[in-house]
Amino acid sequence: MKKVLYRNQLSKFLGVNLIAAMLFSVSLFSQSENADPAKGKQIFNQNCASCHALDRKGTGPALRNVESRLEEEGLDREWIYAWVKNSSGVIKSGDSYANKIFAEYNNTAMTAFPTLSNGDIDNILAYTAAVEEKPAASAAVPASGDVSGGSSSGVSNEVILGALALVFALLVAMLFMVNKTLRNIAKANGIDVEREKAEKRIPIWKAFVQNQFLVLVSVIFLLLTSAYFVYGYFMQVGVDQGYEPVQPIHFSHKVHAGDNKVDCKYCHSSARVSKTSGIPSLNVCMNCHKSIYEYKGNPEGPSQSDIENGYTNEFYTKEIKKLYAAVGWDEENQKYTGESKPVEWVRIHNLPDFVYFNHSQHVSVAGVECQTCHGPIEEMEIVSQHAPLTMGWCINCHRETNVKMEGNAYYDKIHEELSKKYGVEKLTAAMQGGLECGKCHY
Amino acid sequence: MSSNKKYWKSEAELNPNDSIVEALKQNEFVQEIPVEDFLGNKEGLASSSTNRRDFLKYVGFSTAAATMAACEGPVVKSIPYVVQPDQIIPGVANYYATTIADGFDFASVLVKTREGRPIKIENNTDAKVNGSANARVQASVLSLYDSKRLQGPLAKGEAVEWSALDAAVKSKLSALKGADKQIALLTQTYASPSTSRLIAEFKSVYGENVNHVTYDAISADAALNAFEEKYGERALADYNFEKAELIVSFGADFLGDWQGGGYDSGYAAGRVPKNGKMSRHIQFEANMSLTGANADKRVLLTPTQQKVALAKFYAKVMNVSVGGELPVNIEKAVLAAAEEFKKAKGKAVVVTGLDDKDAQAVVLAINEKQASVAFDARAPKYVRQGNAKAVAKLLADMKAGKVGALIMDGVNPAYTMPNAGEFTDALAKVDLSVVFSQSNNETVAVASYAAAAPNYLESWGDVQIKKGHYALMQPTIKEIFDTRQFQSSLLVWMGSDKTYYDYIKETWSSSILGDGKWNQALHDGVYKAPSTIIDVVEETVASVVSEEESIVSSLVDLSMAASKLSKASSSGMELALYSKVGMGDGQQANNPWLQEFPDPITRVSWDNYVTISKADAEKLELVNDHVANGGLDGSKVNLKVGDVELKAVPVIIQPGQAPGSVGLSFGYGRKAGLQAEMQTGVNAYALYQGGVSNQSVSVSKAEGMHEFACVQLHKTLMGRGDIIKETTLEIFNTKDHAEWNPVPKVSLNHNEVDAVSVSLWDDFDRSVGHHFNLSIDLNACTGCGACVIACHAENNVPVVGKDEVRKSRDMHWLRIDRYYSSEDTFEGDNVKKDEFDGLTGDKGSLGGFGELEDPSANPQVAFQPVMCQHCNHAPCETVCPVAATSHSRQGQNHMAYNRCVGTRYCANNCPYKVRRFNWFLYNNNDEFNYHMNNDLGKMVINPDVNVRSRGVMEKCSMCIQMTQKSILDAKRDGRTVKDSEFQTACSAACSSGAMVFGDVNDKESEVAELKESNRMYHLLEHIGTKPNVFYHVKVRNTQES
Repeated sequence: MKKVLYRNQLSKFLGVNLIAAMLFSVSLFSQSENADPAKGKQIFNQNCASCHALDRKGTGPALRNVESRLEEEGLDREWIYAWVKNSSGVIKSGDSYANKIFAEYNNTAMTAFPTLSNGDIDNILAYTAAVEEKPAASAAVPASGDVSGGSSSGVSNEVILGALALVFALLVAMLFMVNKTLRNIAKANGIDVEREKAEKRIPIWKAFVQNQFLVLVSVIFLLLTSAYFVYGYFMQVGVDQGYEPVQPIHFSHKVHAGDNKVDCKYCHSSARVSKTSGIPSLNVCMNCHKSIYEYKGNPEGPSQSDIENGYTNEFYTKEIKKLYAAVGWDEENQKYTGESKPVEWVRIHNLPDFVYFNHSQHVSVAGVECQTCHGPIEEMEIVSQHAPLTMGWCINCHRETNVKMEGNAYYDKIHEELSKKYGVEKLTAAMQGGLECGKCHY
Repeated sequence: MSSNKKYWKSEAELNPNDSIVEALKQNEFVQEIPVEDFLGNKEGLASSSTNRRDFLKYVGFSTAAATMAACEGPVVKSIPYVVQPDQIIPGVANYYATTIADGFDFASVLVKTREGRPIKIENNTDAKVNGSANARVQASVLSLYDSKRLQGPLAKGEAVEWSALDAAVKSKLSALKGADKQIALLTQTYASPSTSRLIAEFKSVYGENVNHVTYDAISADAALNAFEEKYGERALADYNFEKAELIVSFGADFLGDWQGGGYDSGYAAGRVPKNGKMSRHIQFEANMSLTGANADKRVLLTPTQQKVALAKFYAKVMNVSVGGELPVNIEKAVLAAAEEFKKAKGKAVVVTGLDDKDAQAVVLAINEKQASVAFDARAPKYVRQGNAKAVAKLLADMKAGKVGALIMDGVNPAYTMPNAGEFTDALAKVDLSVVFSQSNNETVAVASYAAAAPNYLESWGDVQIKKGHYALMQPTIKEIFDTRQFQSSLLVWMGSDKTYYDYIKETWSSSILGDGKWNQALHDGVYKAPSTIIDVVEETVASVVSEEESIVSSLVDLSMAASKLSKASSSGMELALYSKVGMGDGQQANNPWLQEFPDPITRVSWDNYVTISKADAEKLELVNDHVANGGLDGSKVNLKVGDVELKAVPVIIQPGQAPGSVGLSFGYGRKAGLQAEMQTGVNAYALYQGGVSNQSVSVSKAEGMHEFACVQLHKTLMGRGDIIKETTLEIFNTKDHAEWNPVPKVSLNHNEVDAVSVSLWDDFDRSVGHHFNLSIDLNACTGCGACVIACHAENNVPVVGKDEVRKSRDMHWLRIDRYYSSEDTFEGDNVKKDEFDGLTGDKGSLGGFGELEDPSANPQVAFQPVMCQHCNHAPCETVCPVAATSHSRQGQNHMAYNRCVGTRYCANNCPYKVRRFNWFLYNNNDEFNYHMNNDLGKMVINPDVNVRSRGVMEKCSMCIQMTQKSILDAKRDGRTVKDSEFQTACSAACSSGAMVFGDVNDKESEVAELKESNRMYHLLEHIGTKPNVFYHVKVRNTQES
């Protein structure tokens, strides 16, 4: 009985709340009937998101329910229109709240948006006033539990394998015991279980030793095989293909170059002009990460393997915090503290000192894609060395690749003369002297 | 017949009772070897827990472990900037224009920086005056990374904070304000408008008792006094040798450091025959100087004779008479020169390096009278300001206790003053002494406070090198140590909160720039004020006209001066002190590049020495010997000037040294704050009495022999006229080039054909793309050696140290060979060799070649830079067993270091001997404790060039990293390469224009044109190597007009 009673009470409570919530939301929407929060979101993301977030201070204040907050200050929507379209005008007019806000945010004036119509602003306000949606997917995945879950499944595999081994051993022991028992029974019954004597044959190894030709052939075979393996072993000394070190910050090229399609040369800009591709300095990271303070997952949601590896939204957000710590960014106050700790990345692609390699030659002049040497970088969660970076590998490419000469005045004369000399239209790097020692060794 | 000769193993054997001899008869070693102690102790051995098997196990295990560990690659960290500066892109060099003004060297230069580190100095071609870096300026970038630099302020040798130093100085200065005692500033020459203004302001703050004295270690006091008396300004006349057709010099080493130097590019421009004309140069001097070596006619005179000769020269030119005695042949030469001088009219110029006011006044008068176009007194130079009288007065005041505070900057009087002991004593009587210094030098040791000063590459500054020609100094790196420059300190002590940068800007915008832009001036590094020049010229012209009468009266003074000169006399030997191209005044003595830089004349590195003529050496029984390991040994002498004696100074017998004179260079013998390896030579400043470089000296032989590190032991050309081809202007103008630049012939099918037309090898098609050639004009090359240091800096050439240089293991990729003639001229040698007839007799080759080995007493001299000749048919390539050296289609001979296994066969087979072998690991090796052995010194290493390891052959690469960069830049921009873009380190450093580098496939290029010149020849053409380096026949203007 009691239980039923409770359920009734609970459902009643829920019902009241639901109605209240509906009423509340209706009352919100009723402020401007035709404003569309969906459109507002779009405009917000285009124009406002680089400085404002809904629930968090950015370059500017958080904007959730901004209108109701302003109402408390006694400011109406007209004030908002004026502010958005020309904030500095409002500040100059001596408006006290405007000046207060201006001072609070380091005297940084908000960009004026004269192009936004009142309707647009209405839409934005509708968006800021809409109820926060809870992302269902990310909440469902427990952050740390997932990691331990993944590893516990590994442990259980071992347990299963162990159990199987144990069962197998038991079976063998049982078989042996059964056999023994049967023999004992046979013995007791007087049955002779001696095996039939086989015809006396020369053991195969003796036959092998006696056949000198076979010995010779197999010795040669053995020597050749071992030589092959020894050679293979020595040839891989110093070749670090597949080298995949753990980096101090888990920077995912997959997320940046793959999911978000950031151009390689946005961060590695010196690859265009310098011999090094350049690891971006942290101020380059902050160009985006000033406003991207948390990882929201890719649109399709995390894949199964990501979840298994622990690459959850929280995980990535934690890595962004590591960046903030390194660059000395105080998220709370949106300020640099000036205390920076340079990041010590582990270098993956190491050419020996006696090799000169110039990125700009390959990237800017030849137009080689980064992926040609670095592999499918946009799919790499952790970067590993794709190419062997051996001299043979370099040389092969120089032999096979046609040099991009069209439209480059430097090559005009050379191309004309060389194609006459070799009788071909397309010229490889090798034909131009790209195999000469001194082109890379000085 | 058996011999009864007895051979002695050592002196000890002469004494039959010697215990060592007895011991050696019985034993192999004199000392007992404790074998018994070790092996006899059976118990000890047995009880030891490690037996032989264990030992072998450990060895085996550790070897295996080490091998396994070596298979693991090291983890390399890459640390990017947190906030990357806008201008810096890792891997791309930035260039900044700045100016060196260290009181001795003044030059506008470009500084190449990589990732914020200065790594190379280059010429600033925008600069109209002193825009070229000499060897010392080229090397100054390494002095920035000197690990022996003063790293912070010191008080009595203890580290102290700047604030403490400031407090002490300020309180003392305020106490002295208005007091009787002086506040003295003893500084180097700044020639800086801002510093002058600053010191004037300092005076206005601390009162009239502030006394600023400028002191030059190597003084130009006489010249300054003469100029001041005549023109009313303390400055030095400027000379443009390019315009001169006849240059007569009385002991002025103007290709060296005479009056601040910087004259070589103008001189060289006039020396290249154009339209059948080139300048003629007559040199009267005692030491064999760089200038004398380049002269068409060189006359040997002791310094005293030079004075008399100058008087006679003056008399002849001015048509007056003076007395004085000179040897007949010298008198003849002087009069002939004067005759030529008169004929050349305004196209002639005379200069002198004599430290004598009369001599300097006479020279100014002659040039003025002649209206020489090469002589410029209207826009003089300010690079020397030192005032000997004021320095002497200050020293007297210090001794008398009249100086309350002495602030020194850029000077090291405790080392450079001849009476350094006196100075040190006087300094003790000064209440407060502060010295600004980069190094922990002799003066730092005795001053009460040492203020660590930044290098010029870390400082702000401005310089007016020549009137109207301004230059700016800007920092190219943040201060490496806790240093602060003198000017900033003055500002602090004056209580100003301005920075020196703001102060300079203020000076410039108020009084220098006019309409010019500060940023443009800073970018260019130089600024020429056009209006002031014109004003000055008009003013001076006016004053000259109005002072017509005073000139007449000054003529009387001049004849007095001339007659005073003519009466100069001396007894005994004369000493002529000079500054070496490599060491200068000795500021950079801790710079291993400069220590290892071979002197252009003597080819000796790591030393200074007395140069003496062969005749005097024979009289004093002094010798130079070659010893078995290839080194050069020299006798030692004691030098005594007045009461000062320098003991055991090594001797070099110098062809061309005037008999009766000896030379000795400044800058060596420093001890304080120098690494042990760099403490070389003797201190010549001790003999520099009264700031006069010519002293009468007594020379006596001392015991023992000195070991030199000399890189060229063979002095003469031995009549091999095809190595340095030369001719006279007369023949050059009148005869066909086949006569003075013959192509060697060989016999082919019994016909005589050009040697270059015959070859063992097939020619490679080099017509496509670039084909690099380097042209070296022997007429323009003065032998200054800037290229040698530039090559060092660009190519990470290691320093090997004195012992290794002595073993001929020097690593210079580029050497400048210096040859003397054995007869009076090289042509004489050629004739003598050609006329050899038979083995013996008067013209026998057996004795004849021996005679040819001895240089003449007054030889002709020729310089020849030799680097890898990049032969198209290279003998080195064919013998390399591993194909580590190979040829490129661009004409460069490549050297793949990682491929080289060090057989040295290539060096053996190279006819030019330009390959260098790494006998040791020269980096990160405590045995070679030079710049590559510490973190600071390594900052100078060029990241684009490999640092070679032990056991590898190396050589000139024709700066392939630079040519490749020029090509890449063009490719990236999608354009063809401009001719001027192709450079090597040596051609870029060559301010005389002797070295021109470029692409001969580009028919428009300068080098292609030079290759077509009829003066062009290849070194050892007859062996058919077809080099890509070519030379131009040296032409001498021997004709007496």
